[in-house]
Amino acid sequence: MPKTKVRTAQRLLSGNEAIALGAWEAGVRYAAAYPGTPSTEILPALAQYAGVRAEWASNEKVALDSAVGASFAGGRALAAMKHVGVNVASDSLMTLSYTGVGAGLVLVSADDPGAFSSQNEQDNRHYARFGKFPCLDPSDSQEAKDFTRMAFDLSEQFDTPVMLRSTTRLSHSKGAVEISMPDAPREITPLPPFERHPRKYVMIPAHARLRHPEVEKRIQAIAEYAETCPFNQVEWGDRRIGVISCGVAYQYAREVFAGFSFLKLGMTYPLPQGMIRDFAAEVETLVVIEELDPFIEEQVRAMGLTVIGKQFFPATGELTLGRVREGAIQAGLPVVRPELQPETDSPALTIPPRPPAMCPGCPHRAVYFALRKLNMLVSGDIGCYAIGVLPPFEKTDMLISMGASIGMAHGAKQAGSPDKIVATIGDSTLFHAGLPELASTIYNNGAVCTLILDNGTTAMTGGQDNPATGVTLQGESTQAIDIEATVRAMGVQDVWAVDALDVKGVEQAIKEATAIEDRPTVVVVNGACVFTPQFHRRPVVEVDPDVCNGCGFCFRVGCPAILKSTEIDAKTKRPKAQIDPLLCTGCTVCLQVCPRNAMYQVHEEEA
Amino acid sequence: MDTVKTMQAMQAMKTINFLLVGVGGQGILTASDIVAEVGLQGGYDAKKSEVHGFSQRGGVVESHVRWGKQVAAPTAEKGTVDFLVATEMLEAARWIEWLRPGGTVLINEQHIAPMSVTVGDATYPSNEEILAVVQAHTDDVSTIPGLATAERLGNTRLANTVLIGVLSTRLDVPPETWVSVIEQRVPPKYTDLNRQAFWEGRRLSEPRP
Repeated sequence: MPKTKVRTAQRLLSGNEAIALGAWEAGVRYAAAYPGTPSTEILPALAQYAGVRAEWASNEKVALDSAVGASFAGGRALAAMKHVGVNVASDSLMTLSYTGVGAGLVLVSADDPGAFSSQNEQDNRHYARFGKFPCLDPSDSQEAKDFTRMAFDLSEQFDTPVMLRSTTRLSHSKGAVEISMPDAPREITPLPPFERHPRKYVMIPAHARLRHPEVEKRIQAIAEYAETCPFNQVEWGDRRIGVISCGVAYQYAREVFAGFSFLKLGMTYPLPQGMIRDFAAEVETLVVIEELDPFIEEQVRAMGLTVIGKQFFPATGELTLGRVREGAIQAGLPVVRPELQPETDSPALTIPPRPPAMCPGCPHRAVYFALRKLNMLVSGDIGCYAIGVLPPFEKTDMLISMGASIGMAHGAKQAGSPDKIVATIGDSTLFHAGLPELASTIYNNGAVCTLILDNGTTAMTGGQDNPATGVTLQGESTQAIDIEATVRAMGVQDVWAVDALDVKGVEQAIKEATAIEDRPTVVVVNGACVFTPQFHRRPVVEVDPDVCNGCGFCFRVGCPAILKSTEIDAKTKRPKAQIDPLLCTGCTVCLQVCPRNAMYQVHEEEA
Repeated sequence: MDTVKTMQAMQAMKTINFLLVGVGGQGILTASDIVAEVGLQGGYDAKKSEVHGFSQRGGVVESHVRWGKQVAAPTAEKGTVDFLVATEMLEAARWIEWLRPGGTVLINEQHIAPMSVTVGDATYPSNEEILAVVQAHTDDVSTIPGLATAERLGNTRLANTVLIGVLSTRLDVPPETWVSVIEQRVPPKYTDLNRQAFWEGRRLSEPRP
């Protein structure tokens, strides 16, 4: 056999792309995920590589379960999800720790310090300790690739799931990665028949009791390994300060404490206690810099060591260079460039805030306009429609997790809430966790009105396919699950289907559905997200300034394309409306709500 | 403190910080991809960082790019940005405190009203007010007719490439590298237009007679 030639090159890769590359280099055969910021881009990156089956699962537990099956069957497998997704998968995860793996299995948890696109900022390193499996914490794209690759070996060496923990800043930063691509495609050998190990893979109580001691032995062995793990490194410098750090926080610390000594932890659970003791003995002041919870700090304190930590480097929000520098200065530590301490001067100009808004043409607009008009109590869910809580709609009253809209609405009604309440949930979220909640309200003689906002995609995360779209992550066509038929088959007798851009139709359907108070109802609102190929721009809408009197009604549809004109109406003394033709998609929601018929659609030949 | 001082000098000399800011949907992420890639191909280590998701829906978008001998943190900090590139006027004012004193500010002449302005909770400041705030931090401010130039070339999406053209004149990486990175990054049918937009940007930065 001729040797395969290998080309090496340096490429800028995001943390997520690097994780995908590392998994591919490790020979991953099966990968599954549910889209969730900041983890989303890992699977599409993996789907590009030959020899990997990459899939969108309907939720994170399904993703992990599928990866578990692949691993038990002898194929290396990966499941990726955002931090809160691990909560959904945790039922399987905690017992996967008992069974261990077949071939290597890596769980990527992408945490979101700062809650840039999440409902909380939980620190998932706790899961590693809770479940007694190792956690790797890369600090840049190169490490994201290297750690992921090695995570599969670790998984097999210790018969354990391995958590690779990313954060928003790692997943969505790009850095140079050394890559070596073999010229020849990877050879895929068929898997051997399943090796039966019921005592290992079938967790009935008797077997679980046998596995538990194995888990305890394993975590001891991994703790010993941590002492020599190549990802845990001491970098000696000025020994007056010794910094223990991990993840992206290490990169900030490296700049703020340039020249001092570092213990850089690539494996944050279990900790290399011997290494930490030796390091601490050599430095005058020990500092722990980590994002979110004092996870390392508390374990180091439990070893009887004195450290500077969360007292100065906050547990809330994302760390930044500025926050690390500020904390260091407050702690009285010498730092590089202390003059950069953030100024507290208030800016000379009030800058209007720019909160997120529904896009021009968004199919959620007419729904939230109607919900405001009808003054409904709204139990919301995770997706772009959460923007409905912001002005001008201010129409979401509760939102907590994926699928919870229906259960919360049901509970509020059953407890006796006198309000007219609706649940709003998107198509992808419905298949994620909404269906069991709908089943429960149907079963319990609930009377929730559920609005299913079917925009034909998983929009907030950038437009991924889902069980209702008819396309897989690999681009194959597949059965699109019919939402209306599904809810009817579950026993909902009163189902409306309306066009999302028909303002009156949407309002009418919600009115009719909520008028029924003794049984569950569903309104399916159909309208393509503007980022899908199914969405078509139509001729733009213009305002006739001679008819518009500045009543401001159209401003209440919250469309970024509708602006206040500089022209003031002589009678009302209010600015007239104007439409930005670059942003307008011709959805006509504004035109439909204009009480003076001051808007018209420009015909193609004029445009 | 000698080691610390040396490191300080090294960092001050070698890291170039860019902050690209604008509004969701304006193409900030692609523009910053290009700047980062040019850095890498121009012989620097480079990192870039941004945030996806909820805020991208018509909200503020910011993307950091850093070039240096060896870049550690993927983001710069307040008061250290060398080049603030704003694709929208108001965003230049919002982010100005990130500029190092005397740094460079490039602003695309375009206004996008935030929802807070449209619903009447806030007022969009005048150009004079915005520029006054920006000029309090630096004399090196250029407003660039990026959108107007792009419209003249026939596609408003080219505005960022015009800005990149202007930015390229301030850096030591040859224009050919910029052009080749842009060509790799944009859809093939738009390569010619983007090349044109880039050179228009460079022309805009020439001293006027």
